Amino acid sequence: MTYLQYIGTYFLMIVEMFRKPTKWSVMKQLILKDIEDLIIGSLGIVAFISFFVGGVVTIQTALNISNPLIPKYLVGFATRQSVILEFAPTFISIIMAGKVGSFITSSIGTMRVTEQIDALEVMGINSLNYLVFPKFISLMLYPFVISIAMFLGILGGMAACVYGGFSSLDDYIIGIQTDFTPFHITYAFIKTFVFAFVLATIPSYHGFYMKGGALEVGKASTTSFVWTSVVIILLNYILTQMLLS
Amino acid sequence: MIEVKNIHKSFSGVEVLKGISTSFEKGKTNLIIGQSGSGKTVFIKCLLGLFDYEEGCISYDGKIFSELSEDQKRNLRAEIGMVFQGSALFDSMTIAENVMFPLKMFTKQSKSEMEDRVDFVLKRVNLIDAHNKMPSEASGGMQKRVAIARAIVNNPKYLFCDEPNSGLDPKTAIIIDNLIQEITDEYNITTVINSHDMNSVMEIGEKIVFLKDGLKAWEGSKDTIFKTDNEVVTDFVYSSELMKKVRQMYIEEKQ
Repeated sequence: MTYLQYIGTYFLMIVEMFRKPTKWSVMKQLILKDIEDLIIGSLGIVAFISFFVGGVVTIQTALNISNPLIPKYLVGFATRQSVILEFAPTFISIIMAGKVGSFITSSIGTMRVTEQIDALEVMGINSLNYLVFPKFISLMLYPFVISIAMFLGILGGMAACVYGGFSSLDDYIIGIQTDFTPFHITYAFIKTFVFAFVLATIPSYHGFYMKGGALEVGKASTTSFVWTSVVIILLNYILTQMLLS
Repeated sequence: MIEVKNIHKSFSGVEVLKGISTSFEKGKTNLIIGQSGSGKTVFIKCLLGLFDYEEGCISYDGKIFSELSEDQKRNLRAEIGMVFQGSALFDSMTIAENVMFPLKMFTKQSKSEMEDRVDFVLKRVNLIDAHNKMPSEASGGMQKRVAIARAIVNNPKYLFCDEPNSGLDPKTAIIIDNLIQEITDEYNITTVINSHDMNSVMEIGEKIVFLKDGLKAWEGSKDTIFKTDNEVVTDFVYSSELMKKVRQMYIEEKQ
């Protein structure tokens, strides 16, 4: 029953988020600030992780291909498929649930604890629209982050493959071009948009409706990370089943 | 004028407000006093519409709050200024941006007009050269003054203060009290202050509502609170040694 209440409150929060919009001149600034905090601020860690995980995927694939009959270009092919289909959209989203999700929960939670949300409400401002909507809009640029993750993952794989001596550059490039299915990119971006929505709303929910003090802000951040990850993994399964099978 | 009739409010089956009725007059500093846990903050949050109440009615100059549409409630709230116990300044904004915030949200003023108004109210609360400081860089007294400046910047008709001098030294507390009193007189607004500070009661209590266990136990002014025979009030008012001596002196003077 309690879980049903939580789910109900979450959906009511989403409806409320679109009501009584904040003045555009103010909203514009909030969106730009959130783009800086949530998108630009995440590029560094996403680039770093993507490059090296791409490299690791390549090394592990190459090391597991011991049969001489299997062509060398398969390393590039396997890296591309892993990065585009799963690593970039899902793995990076889990990392973002930790980085961006915790930031959203703790910043909104601190506003709740210090009565800043009450101050907004007293002024007659729709606090959900003021706080959550700009995060939702700025995270619509999340596919841009994932594109960079895809590119750097494949690039990291190429560097590891060539400099590790697993196959030649030509083989790797042939591999990443082999049997390319454009729909896989569409599939990856559909997942990305759904995950962006989850990343904006679940951490906001945990921050907005938290009760207590500083300790509870920390607890809310942890809970928010757990639930955001669980929902991303579940939706990943459902979307993959729906779109690819 | 704010009128309150028979307000009841419960949390998880525990009744916190048990039918409070009173009124807060325009141009006066109205104080709600009582011990911690007596329901003062819940009462003020009900007045502001931050908490829904189960029973009763609150009206602002004849407009019954619960009967207003969402738009009407929003318009009414734009006429309310609130000073929170912890100041509730927006961490991500400078002091000037905090004060300018209600103007940005609710007026169509140009940037220079808003800046002029911010300068004016910051001077009014005796804050000069603090515009670019962040709230975390300001002292408790400064934060309270910024909160007052933000509350009055949009010329509110109603000003609410939740324990405005909690955590302040006695001298700064008196400055804040006097500032609120001056602003109330100057703008002729309805001011409601939540406090358990007896200094505030003696300084600015033009009307005092005493709450005890969610009920209104007494109502009067700073002139009548000394003379009351209500035991609940006298227990609270004369709980400190200093106040006991003041009462003794008062009785001796009377005899």
